[in-house]
Amino acid sequence: MLDLWVGLFVVAGIAALVILAFKVGNMSSLGGGETYQISANFDNIGGLKPRAPVKSAGVVVGRVTAITFNNERFTAKVTLAIEQNYKFPKDTTASILTSGLLGEQYVGLEGGGDDQMLKAGDNIRLTQSAVVLEKLISQFLFDKAAEGTPATK
Amino acid sequence: MPHRSLPTIRGIGSKAIDNVLRLGYAARFIGLTLAHSGTAFVRPRLIIRELYYTGVLSMVIILVSGMFVGMVLGLQGYQTLTTYGSESALGVLVALSLVRELGPVVSALLFASRAGSAMTAEIGLMKATEQLSAMEMMAVDPIARVVAPRFWAGVISMPLLAAMFSAMGVFGGYVVGVVLIGVDEGSFWSQMQSAVDVREDIINGVIKSVVFGIAITWIALFEGYDAPPTAEGVSGATTRTVVTSSLAVLALDFILTSFMFSAA
Repeated sequence: MLDLWVGLFVVAGIAALVILAFKVGNMSSLGGGETYQISANFDNIGGLKPRAPVKSAGVVVGRVTAITFNNERFTAKVTLAIEQNYKFPKDTTASILTSGLLGEQYVGLEGGGDDQMLKAGDNIRLTQSAVVLEKLISQFLFDKAAEGTPATK
Repeated sequence: MPHRSLPTIRGIGSKAIDNVLRLGYAARFIGLTLAHSGTAFVRPRLIIRELYYTGVLSMVIILVSGMFVGMVLGLQGYQTLTTYGSESALGVLVALSLVRELGPVVSALLFASRAGSAMTAEIGLMKATEQLSAMEMMAVDPIARVVAPRFWAGVISMPLLAAMFSAMGVFGGYVVGVVLIGVDEGSFWSQMQSAVDVREDIINGVIKSVVFGIAITWIALFEGYDAPPTAEGVSGATTRTVVTSSLAVLALDFILTSFMFSAA
């Protein structure tokens, strides 16, 4: 009788762990699949963090593994781990986008038309930085002021 | 003529020395327990019996409080998140706070007061009624026969209980958030799954609960083994178990959290 209860207890505990891993965690999607590393230099990464998703056409294809500062070019070097079964052309564009208005930032990849595919260790040339709100606002105000001047005359 | 404050200083000093001595004894005690664990694993029935008393009997309180903690998180989280119009992140809030912190910590506190106190009282009373001495007379090592099985049962059951607590809490948050309030079910689960990492969050939570399990059972068994063999001694030891192990859990949690989640 004691054994039955202890058995049930252990089974319930392990079941809870499995539920946590598969239902709560992301064990089922993107487990420990084979990945290859590519890098991209951005002028500004905004609020991008390591482990942020890399998406193409909205589908998660990889993760950001590291963000370092390149002190020679004064840019941010972002290393991306892309799943082995996804291939992208050499002229792919990487941009830093935001999911939703206040959501987390992610790297978006948009494939080009090159025949050659990106290999491990390659660098993405075409990048688009994160949108910085202050710059956007100042640009907007500047434009407004520029188009406002002739009207007042 | 000695100064007036001398007895006070002398008292502080002797207290400090006593505590260091006790700490040394406790360290020797856990070493002995680990060294004499062989018998417990050769005769797993000993551990199974203790798993029943520490694990199975703690299950109800863990499941019920996990459910309520999750439901409260669902309610409070919704109240705050809805101000920013991001109530779809409710699943993330509930799951991360449970898996990382509340699951291991609250279940450890409950475990300390439910199972730890019982362990201390049992061993203390065994000592007071000279059952431990009787065992030694019969050439049965009380550490191997009484202490080690309880230690391993506590270490095994703690992570299982914490996992049940977290799973139950997520379910409670789901009941309040999705079923009662009406947060979108799809975004509740999908945002949760994209935010909770198995290695970073769930495994770290399990590691935490294993550490808490070791700390609680160590303190509980040592307090029981070291208790003065009187009724007052046993009751004092039981109180000390709950107080010390709760403080140890909270302090360890801070240390572990700063190691695990600082460089995120």
